[in-house]
Amino acid sequence: MPVRIRVAHLYPETLNIYADRGNIAVLERRAAWRGIGFDHVPVGIGDAIPQDANLVYVGGGQDREQALVAGDLVGKREMLADAVAGGAALLAVCGGYQLLGRFYRDRNGCELPGVGLLPHFTVAGERRMIGDILLRCELDPGEQRTLAGFENHAGRTFLDEGAEPLGQVVHGFGNNGEDGFEGCRIGRAIGTYLHGPLLPRNPWLADWLLRQALAHALGTSPVLTSLDDTIEDTAHRVAAGRARARGGRG
Amino acid sequence: MPPCRENGGMRLAAEIALARTVGRLSRLAGRGGGTTLPGKLLVALDPGAVRRLAAELPLGAALVSATNGKTTTAAMAAEILGARHRLAHNRAGANLLSGVASTLLEARGVAALALLEVDEGALPDVARQVAPRTVCLGNLFRDQLDRYGELELVAERWRDAVASLDPSAIVVVNVDDPLLADLARGRERVLRFGLDDPSVARERLQHAADSKYCTDCGSPYAYEAAYVGHLGDYRCPACGAGRPALDVAARAIELDGLERVSFDLVTPEGTARVELPLPGLYNVYNAVAAAALALALGATLAEAREGLTRFRAAFGRFERIAVGDRTALVLLIKNPAGANEAIRTLVAGGSPPVAVVALNDEIADGRDVSWIWDVDFEPLVPGLERLVASGERAEELALRFKYGGLDPGRIEIVRDVGRALDRGLELVPPGGQLTVLPTYTAMLALRGVAATRGLVRPFWERDPAGTDPARQG
Repeated sequence: MPVRIRVAHLYPETLNIYADRGNIAVLERRAAWRGIGFDHVPVGIGDAIPQDANLVYVGGGQDREQALVAGDLVGKREMLADAVAGGAALLAVCGGYQLLGRFYRDRNGCELPGVGLLPHFTVAGERRMIGDILLRCELDPGEQRTLAGFENHAGRTFLDEGAEPLGQVVHGFGNNGEDGFEGCRIGRAIGTYLHGPLLPRNPWLADWLLRQALAHALGTSPVLTSLDDTIEDTAHRVAAGRARARGGRG
Repeated sequence: MPPCRENGGMRLAAEIALARTVGRLSRLAGRGGGTTLPGKLLVALDPGAVRRLAAELPLGAALVSATNGKTTTAAMAAEILGARHRLAHNRAGANLLSGVASTLLEARGVAALALLEVDEGALPDVARQVAPRTVCLGNLFRDQLDRYGELELVAERWRDAVASLDPSAIVVVNVDDPLLADLARGRERVLRFGLDDPSVARERLQHAADSKYCTDCGSPYAYEAAYVGHLGDYRCPACGAGRPALDVAARAIELDGLERVSFDLVTPEGTARVELPLPGLYNVYNAVAAAALALALGATLAEAREGLTRFRAAFGRFERIAVGDRTALVLLIKNPAGANEAIRTLVAGGSPPVAVVALNDEIADGRDVSWIWDVDFEPLVPGLERLVASGERAEELALRFKYGGLDPGRIEIVRDVGRALDRGLELVPPGGQLTVLPTYTAMLALRGVAATRGLVRPFWERDPAGTDPARQG
């Protein structure tokens, strides 16, 4: 029985501003190189999220595009909550990360409801936080890793009390430029502002997501064969160097 | 003569003398041709200087702005209008206020008309100061999100800039771009241009298409024809709003590989067949924009046709550089829409077996390199025997191709652009052609290398009439 994972990609036609398809390409190739089947399921406005999805991906869009899908995404709340509660993995980047929070408060103080899947809220900010960013993460106990990306957001996101961030900011702004946290994580679900795109230069996170998706598909936690990541590792070092040299400061 | 305000003429003259000296010193010191330094100094010394220099021009000024093609469009318009007028033209691409100031300074007393390429972010400021009689708006694509923010922010700033133009000013606008059509709406003096030949359209909107939602009601547009990115003949199925009628158009377009493209230039003055010695549909847009702009400034249809026929590539835009017994074909790439068209044109002319692609992440390139993932590099992959990935972010580019399906064994990383050029040329057989796709600062570095070796003349010495022997293919 060949091993396969199903990936639900939300709004690929609309939320794709920061090269989100790069993240999908990395997941797909790294699965294929290991003989893992990869079903890419685009999910648009009005479409259902497949119940057997092992991984859900939500990208980012310009303001107009985010507004176009926001209502539909909130309508998918139950399906998303069921998927994540059932152990599917999730990656939401930038706009997708904001939309999955509890609400977004705009400049006039109006609160637009979010999906409420991730324990955070976002407040519109005056100044955009733009630049290279480096995080320190520990998704599995004892395994310290770094993530190098690029951030570009005006929204300032605040985690609820006790919520787990994706990582600690080493260089850059992070969620809000104040508390040193970046992203949000509940179990196998991750939201983050990091794009660039995120996964090509952080292949360990791509593999982490693949392992979570496989664990959901198979019910057991698989060991992935290692790949030649020479170029990826150099790209990571260069990007980390950029964050050190010119990442934003809160 | 402009009126002399509070001895402003004398003061301006002294400042100008100083700034010109700085320009010469800068060139003597070998600093990038001194194309912006005198302007920076002048603007710093006297913020009103640009306004007064522009007011001195007998025939006024025309501005050209766009995300893609502004350098080429302005150079084409210069080729057409140069037959009739002495021009002040920032042909080296110094397109911020300081570059405009330098250009006006350099041409003071000589030029009758200024033809100025303007950075899309700088357009509102430059338009306010220069008070142009014509503004040509080419397109808005997503580009350098880290610098300008989102596309619609730039569009809003353009809307304000257009609204504050003098009512007598003519807006020459590409209405194949829905955002631009919208911001010229309701204005009286408008010349609308676009393409009108569905036989050369794309089958579908490309991945990275922007502005695909109705500016009136937000529904997705239906495209009768999508030509380049989101540019095309669109109509909203919900509210019926669509592309306005074209005043100047290209019809019966024939794309002929990497060499040329011909089309019927349809204008209120009549129709002329244009043989443009440049490839690609995006150059048809540039040519129609330049022709429409030139007509708005008083050129005849015959002059437009002749100027476009004479035109040679602006530097780094489909430029061929002879290196010994080989040729380097240089195509600037800077954002998804432009890069996609460059690649589409290349592949139509025969997919290159060897390419050097150079990615830098300076401010002028965009510090955020994520845009390369929105470029459809995939059509190059099947034909590529060897890719030399270069520039400060060479590895990111290598990854783009690796995850785009190119066998990593075919990828070499040579970060230094000059060495990458040498390595690429080595991989090409004698008499062969190397394809080079650099981002903006990588292209400047490449030109620096080429100029040092005497392969091309430095850009600030180039002849605007296109007679530079170093760039004749």
